[in-house]
Amino acid sequence: MTNTIVVTDRLTKRYGERLAVSDVSLTVRSGEVYGFLGPNGAGKTTTLRMLLGLVRPTSGSATVLGHGPGEPGAVARTGALIEGPGFYPYLSGRDNLRVMARYQRVPDRAVESALQRVDLAERGDDAFKSYSLGMKQRLGVASALLGEPDLLVLDEPTNGLDPGGMADMRRLIVDLAGQGQTVMLSSHLLSEVQEICDRVGVIAGGRLLAESTVADLRGGSTLLVRADPVDQALAVAMRVAGDDAVQLLDDGLSLELGEDWAPELARALVGAGVDIREIRPSERSLEDVFFEMTGDAAGPGVGAAAPVEEER
Amino acid sequence: MSTTTTEVAAVTTAPGRTGRRTVPGPLAGMAASARAELLRLRAWPAVWVMVSVWLLLNLTFTYVFNYVAYATGSTSFATEGVASDSLLAELMPSAIPQIFTGGMPMFGGAIMFILGALATGSGFGWGTWKTVLTQGPGRLAAFGGTLAAVATIVTGVVAATLAIDVAASVLIASAEGQSIVWPSLGALAESVGAGLLISGMWAAGGVLVGVLTRSPALAVGLGLVWSLVVENLLRGVGNLLSGVEYVTNVLPGTASGSLAGALGAANEPDGDGTPGVLTVLDGGPAALLTAAYLVAFVVVAAVLMRRRDVA
Repeated sequence: MTNTIVVTDRLTKRYGERLAVSDVSLTVRSGEVYGFLGPNGAGKTTTLRMLLGLVRPTSGSATVLGHGPGEPGAVARTGALIEGPGFYPYLSGRDNLRVMARYQRVPDRAVESALQRVDLAERGDDAFKSYSLGMKQRLGVASALLGEPDLLVLDEPTNGLDPGGMADMRRLIVDLAGQGQTVMLSSHLLSEVQEICDRVGVIAGGRLLAESTVADLRGGSTLLVRADPVDQALAVAMRVAGDDAVQLLDDGLSLELGEDWAPELARALVGAGVDIREIRPSERSLEDVFFEMTGDAAGPGVGAAAPVEEER
Repeated sequence: MSTTTTEVAAVTTAPGRTGRRTVPGPLAGMAASARAELLRLRAWPAVWVMVSVWLLLNLTFTYVFNYVAYATGSTSFATEGVASDSLLAELMPSAIPQIFTGGMPMFGGAIMFILGALATGSGFGWGTWKTVLTQGPGRLAAFGGTLAAVATIVTGVVAATLAIDVAASVLIASAEGQSIVWPSLGALAESVGAGLLISGMWAAGGVLVGVLTRSPALAVGLGLVWSLVVENLLRGVGNLLSGVEYVTNVLPGTASGSLAGALGAANEPDGDGTPGVLTVLDGGPAALLTAAYLVAFVVVAAVLMRRRDVA
């Protein structure tokens, strides 16, 4: 068994004039939770569709579980929920899963355990069309879980869930990874990705901007300093941390230094006659990194941001 | 069973003994898809509505109206000018091979078309094709499963039609004190085969248009306008312009209508008694052309399903 589950090489999809996905090269490793992070319309779903063989790439290639995307060897071992659950509205949730179980050639008892894992067993006999958005989403995840696939591809799995449902879903995903299943999930919720993903790929405007562990993306911690007079404090800080490691902020300084340096910095500042108002360590959130990376492309409020590509 | 590769094991083990997905071969994938599609199609009220409407239409127009007309001595629009003896003869079991396919080219065909269009077209709007195509069977295997399920339903409908025709004619024969004369098995088989071809062709047409339009409503609308209006209009134009006739003579409706007509459903002297039943082509060419349409519809639909992006 290879260590990489998904590899793409300059995967590109063009719809007419619009470049939906451009030269995306990413790697998902065995047993990890891979977060695919980007604003709405960034190309996340299109990339996932290409990995599942639903959409043909315009150029570039991909390998999923050692097979080409869409080949039975890849599809049969992948459980997927893509852009909202698609089920027969007139069938009950349970019967919908039974139909999928027939397609997969797994027994009906697999349906029961899948329903229980997403907490739908009690409502399993209700028609799919009567389900709330969150219940439909959970049925979609149950269908992806069916048949114990090696790879789970979940497109915005917490869409439409209430806070409790979101927490349950995150726990479920972490559990699945604990069992050795590889999970590739897309999200526009940075906190979600920060919480459960081992590695993330950041995509905006169809391009993969970065791929790394969450910790690496966030980088080391920084020290925030508020002191008077500022120019004197700046000079001291640059002496302690180095010229390039200090940034002047609106209300103080930001130093690329670990927490351990705080006492020494304080002594240096006091020695130079600077009045210290505050020194505190600060960790960058994934959100800060994300906005830095996507710049104006994402704009404030990633979740509500307009599709980037369509505005061009 | 423990010595084989995964591919062979997937084919030979009982489906899903382990509860884990296995990689299916093309045939195993198609069989699994057919089982899955039959499960969801037979639980679909729309399918039962369509099938019941056809069976009811067939019973009413083939037997009930004609028998009432015969019994009361009145004439209806369908029986005008037909001698009452020949009217009764048509209602006997021995006449089943002649009248069996009479309603299929137009009414039965339209209903089978809707069935096929619903079976494939609605999956795009619901997003179920997307779900189905990520389950394991390859695209062709999954689509083949849908085709097999639709074919099973069409076969069931033709069988039910035969059962109803037999029951109705036996009932009428015994009510009228007539001795029951069964048709020859050969003639009956020919007629049932023609019924399968006609119904199958229209269902395959629905499947294709459902795939083309990706919308059941548009597919059903187009199909009905085609089979009920456009072909008839073209035939009308064809009577005036000789060039158009070459085209209208080989349309699907002409082929299936002529097939029914060749079996004797066109009982009236002018040959156009039952709507949709024609005598444009002889039986052999009509059967061949109908079969060719059936195959062509299926192949084009399969190619589209295999190649196209599924949104």
